[in-house]
Amino acid sequence: MKSSHGPGRLLVVDDNRVNRLLLTHALEQHGHRVSNAENGRIAMDMLRSNPFDVILLDIDMPVMNGFDVLEALLQDNNLRDLPVIMTSASDELDRVVKCIEMGAEDYLVKPLNPVLLRARVNASLEKKRLRDQQRKLFHTFATPEVAEQLLQEGFSLGGKYITASVMFADIRSFTSLSEKHDPADTIELLNNYFALMFDAITANNGTVNQMEGDGLMAIFGAPVYHEKHREHAVRAALEMAELLDGFNEQRVVQGKVGIGIGIGIATGKVIAGYTGTQHRATYTCVGDTVNVAARIEKHTKITGRQIMIDQYTREGLSNEFRVADLGEVMFKGKQQAIRIFAVNE
Amino acid sequence: MSVIDLATFEELKQMSGTEFINELIDTFLEDAPKLIEEIKSALNANNADSFRRAAHSLKSNASTFGASQLSALAKELEMLGKENRLAETGDRLRALEEAYVSARNELEGLRS
Repeated sequence: MKSSHGPGRLLVVDDNRVNRLLLTHALEQHGHRVSNAENGRIAMDMLRSNPFDVILLDIDMPVMNGFDVLEALLQDNNLRDLPVIMTSASDELDRVVKCIEMGAEDYLVKPLNPVLLRARVNASLEKKRLRDQQRKLFHTFATPEVAEQLLQEGFSLGGKYITASVMFADIRSFTSLSEKHDPADTIELLNNYFALMFDAITANNGTVNQMEGDGLMAIFGAPVYHEKHREHAVRAALEMAELLDGFNEQRVVQGKVGIGIGIGIATGKVIAGYTGTQHRATYTCVGDTVNVAARIEKHTKITGRQIMIDQYTREGLSNEFRVADLGEVMFKGKQQAIRIFAVNE
Repeated sequence: MSVIDLATFEELKQMSGTEFINELIDTFLEDAPKLIEEIKSALNANNADSFRRAAHSLKSNASTFGASQLSALAKELEMLGKENRLAETGDRLRALEEAYVSARNELEGLRS
């Protein structure tokens, strides 16, 4: 009898020899590689020196019990994602609940039902496989510092609701600008421009997650949450404008025309997650807030203001920012009017 | 009358296979007397935690083999240990030993 999921590296932890033998044997029959430990301390030593995919953990053990093991796993960045299946007697379900709250993935009641055993081990192996994949994807995308921080704080790739500030920025009249320049100049212009904008965004804890033509999208407050994400986004916008002024001065000296930008920022709930392939992944956000930010950015063409924000973003700003209330605007395709503000440089 | 619940035992046999079931029975018959000794000495030493733990293991193993009566008696002892009421053990320990002997005799016959 072979498992459809391929062999897993399993660790059976139980002080009871009959249970240990039985579980080990049954899982080996399913094609897995099984090690076992008779208490929590031995288990932790094994976990720290060898890779495992799933742990089957008894609760009541001498030396270091199931709760202690769950606690130790949570403290260990390398082990905290490891799926744990509690194996318990039917009369200790209240303790199983506590284990699940402490991060255990699932549970099995002893005496073991072979069908459930197979199903639950396979489900946990699948979870482990996905988490490994996500970890890899994540390291592909993020800088080592951010990756480490997120690994410590935990992250979800499945997509979740978060509150963040979303920024869109575009070069004004880029199409006509590029028609007047030769292609090499245009690409150089874009590269210099993006380098400056990236600097301003990254320096203010933002993440650029989309570039298309002369436009970019950035997120503040995610993937790493920061309570001042609204201020960070606006500060980044102000720095972008300032850097662009310097950039334009240089261009004028070189006999070239300066460029203008429009920046729109909106704050609210977004669905965030990682998308991409094994080799290139990006953190991206979708949802109404993203659409609003894009609309506000487009609207800068009409108002002639460089940086515009929505009301939620405005509410997150301290007094040091000077803003002008531009009133409500009804954007195409939106049910409700949105109150917008211009940020004064 | 059978003291082993045969449906449970069959399920165990199906999970372990006919060869391995013998090894499993032997392990149980080797460990159970040790656990009963542990219960006894824990009772003498008035060590409720050790008493509870040994009774818990015996309960678990007995239920694995479908030795329902033995499992139920071990569970009663486990509860006494948990609630620190070892003084109320009474003749439960002797009943437990008798239940174990019956289970052992039947399990020996079930070896294949």
